Amino acid sequence: MPKITIDGIDFDAPNNWTILDVAKFLGLEIPTLCYDEGLTTWGGCRLCIVEIGTGERAKLVSSCTYSVEEGLVVRIATKRVVKARKMILELLIAQCPTSKVLQDMAAKMGLDRVRFKPKWENCVYCGLCVRMCEEQMMAKSIGFINRGNKLKITTPFDLTSEECRRCGGCMYICPACTLRCEGPEPENVLCGRCYNELQPTCLDTYETYSCWMGLKGECGTCEIEESEKKKEGS
Amino acid sequence: MTKLLRPEQLGKLRQRISASRPKDTIISISCGTCGQARGALKVAQAFKEAIKGLGKKISIKVTGCHGFCEAEPSVIIFPEEIFYRNLKPEDAKRIVKSTLDGKIVDDLIFKEDGNSFIYMSEIPFYRKQMRILTGNHPHINPMNVEDYIALGGYKALAKALWMSPEEIIGEIKCSGLRGRGGAGFPMGRKWEITRAQKNNIKYLICNADEGDPGAYMDRSLLEGNPHSVIEGMMIGAYAIGAGEGWVYVRNEYPLAVKHVTTAIKQARELGLLGENILGSGFSFDIKVAKGAGAFVCGEETALIASIEGKRGLPRQRPLFPAQHGLFGKPTNINNVETLANVPIIIEKGADWFSGIGTKTSKGTKIFSLVGKVQNTGLVEVPMGITLREVIFDIGGALGSSKVKAVQIGGPSGGCIPQELFHLPVDYESLTGVGAIMGSGGMIVMDENTCAVDIARYFTNFLQEESCGNCSICREGTQRMYEILTGITEGRGKEEDLHLLEELGGIIKDVSLCGLGQTAPNPVLSTLRYFKDEYNAHIKEEKCHAGVCKAFIQYMIGFKKCTGCGLCKKNCPQMAIEGELKKQHSILQNKCIRCGICYDMCTFDAVVKKTGGKKCLK
Repeated sequence: MPKITIDGIDFDAPNNWTILDVAKFLGLEIPTLCYDEGLTTWGGCRLCIVEIGTGERAKLVSSCTYSVEEGLVVRIATKRVVKARKMILELLIAQCPTSKVLQDMAAKMGLDRVRFKPKWENCVYCGLCVRMCEEQMMAKSIGFINRGNKLKITTPFDLTSEECRRCGGCMYICPACTLRCEGPEPENVLCGRCYNELQPTCLDTYETYSCWMGLKGECGTCEIEESEKKKEGS
Repeated sequence: MTKLLRPEQLGKLRQRISASRPKDTIISISCGTCGQARGALKVAQAFKEAIKGLGKKISIKVTGCHGFCEAEPSVIIFPEEIFYRNLKPEDAKRIVKSTLDGKIVDDLIFKEDGNSFIYMSEIPFYRKQMRILTGNHPHINPMNVEDYIALGGYKALAKALWMSPEEIIGEIKCSGLRGRGGAGFPMGRKWEITRAQKNNIKYLICNADEGDPGAYMDRSLLEGNPHSVIEGMMIGAYAIGAGEGWVYVRNEYPLAVKHVTTAIKQARELGLLGENILGSGFSFDIKVAKGAGAFVCGEETALIASIEGKRGLPRQRPLFPAQHGLFGKPTNINNVETLANVPIIIEKGADWFSGIGTKTSKGTKIFSLVGKVQNTGLVEVPMGITLREVIFDIGGALGSSKVKAVQIGGPSGGCIPQELFHLPVDYESLTGVGAIMGSGGMIVMDENTCAVDIARYFTNFLQEESCGNCSICREGTQRMYEILTGITEGRGKEEDLHLLEELGGIIKDVSLCGLGQTAPNPVLSTLRYFKDEYNAHIKEEKCHAGVCKAFIQYMIGFKKCTGCGLCKKNCPQMAIEGELKKQHSILQNKCIRCGICYDMCTFDAVVKKTGGKKCLK
């Protein structure tokens, strides 16, 4: 069992664990997007980066794909890490501003500006649907085509696939197309920040409530919370 | 061909080949892909017809690239080493005739700055080079294994097979040979790590997926001397204990594929590949895998995925390919040029090799010298030579004041300005100034090259070639391209430069593979050395190089215009007006800055101006 240090906590990690596994076990929060417990790790979104090593040899790696090794020193939220995460998120939100998952994450991280022109795409190429289709649904009916700026997820030859059973697994797991954030306005790509103003978060606690519509305060959830607070106070 | 069963038989074969070789004049014709593109095959055909009936007095050798691209199609006449350049098929008869008479054809020899050079060794382009890898190209017909054997080929293999693998690795370690693919990892260490893996099956891969724009060293080696690479692979395989090798070569190199496939077949026929090579008990065979031209497949883990038939995506290391590589087995991947060095080191010894170069970088390096130089071509120089020597002495750049910078290391490399041309060419000093050795592309730029535009060009290449797996590399390169396009089209803002720097730094930091980690280099290095040019675009709305169309205007000078009407006739936009034999003028609102009038005018009356108001909307 390799001994590792993660944010100052010494831990004997089982051999096949990744840094993210350890963090989850210890209750340390690392934001993730393309990670799902039921699927193989991908390491594509880069949001789960952490800093490993010390001094000049310190570097950033994706915690979901990096296996623990003896003597590993991990810091999960240094300035360098947070700055990079914010930039990644900024890029992803500029690509797909309607993703509720991304907007919530932005609120949580305190991202307050998007300096790039929004693309209004419907996909962030996290690959969750591709892996879902292949690994859980055993269908392999969708996949990536092309590369770089022409990258796309689609069925073979863009035709309706015979392998696809319309199970909807891809949509279920998609962080961009199921949960839509309707908050973002063309002038400011970031949404109305319902997440920030409704503490605790609507993502973790109220995800079935309608505040994901971006109707700040209108869904009533926050009012319930406030009245509960008042009760406690009195 | 009879199979060689013992090393002595190889020696005897070499003697037999040498004895049967014609001792008379040989005309060696450079017929690499580059030569063929300029008509070398027709020249070769003309030579073959010209020597008909001359018996054995003159023989023809169709070889790989001689390196001097600017002079293609070129021939070298041995044994005198007379060099003729830019030949046409009709020159063949004259050359054959004068060679028989012992004369020189004056108008076909190489001339530079008013001096004429008859012999190859005198030409400035060749004089400063040290051609230990490429030097044999003019002597070898790559389709014929006998040529390679006659020059001492496979001698190193016969020697290595009777050394212990540890001895070979020790020798390579002593030589200080480092990977020529870009990162410069010590070769001996790499072999040692793979050797130490406990697995019965191991692989050795030759990485010939050369994708940089303007770089063609590996192609030239595989085309010109494929057996040297195969021999290097065999020695490497013996050292690490691999039983199977792969050559991963891109399909865009049809000639290289053809030559390496033929070479493998011939080596197999001779018993140099297969079971129990030369009676040593070592068995090895090589397969060829053809890549579909993705730049990212030059990255080790992506290359492995591609051979396995998967999508060419890099993966997280560790585990390294040496531990878990092709088909899950320990795999060693080396670049073509690195492997071609191996037989030379084994034959001549590590001490000889480590005598060349600097403290940390040993041996020679092949660069493809292109861009604004007179003598473009492949140059092989010892490590530690200064950039100035390569660019001005070998390349013959046009006057020192005009050259602005050199882009080293391809799209992932960086721009080095003229002030730093005193730097020696080695891994550390290039990395220190923001470039990389890379695979060895060297693009020389002069005052007519815009730094912003060149950064935009390379970023465009990278945004297309990024595999798209990492969000930061995929989106980041696209956004950098977007910002740079904005600057070149006159939409730049001052904060764009900060954003470029910040974004570039983070792409470098966060990306998974080498492509992403080096992708911002063209932007960051031009920002570092040519920030004034960026500022000129943004603040002054000027492009001093006159490249970015948004900032230039074409005008017709009053004094020089003779009213010939040539520009008016050729203008695709009908933007030029004026009567015949009278002053013409350009209608700026119609002009699309195509520059045809500028190129056409024989009186230099059309002038290019930059600055003032923005010209294109």
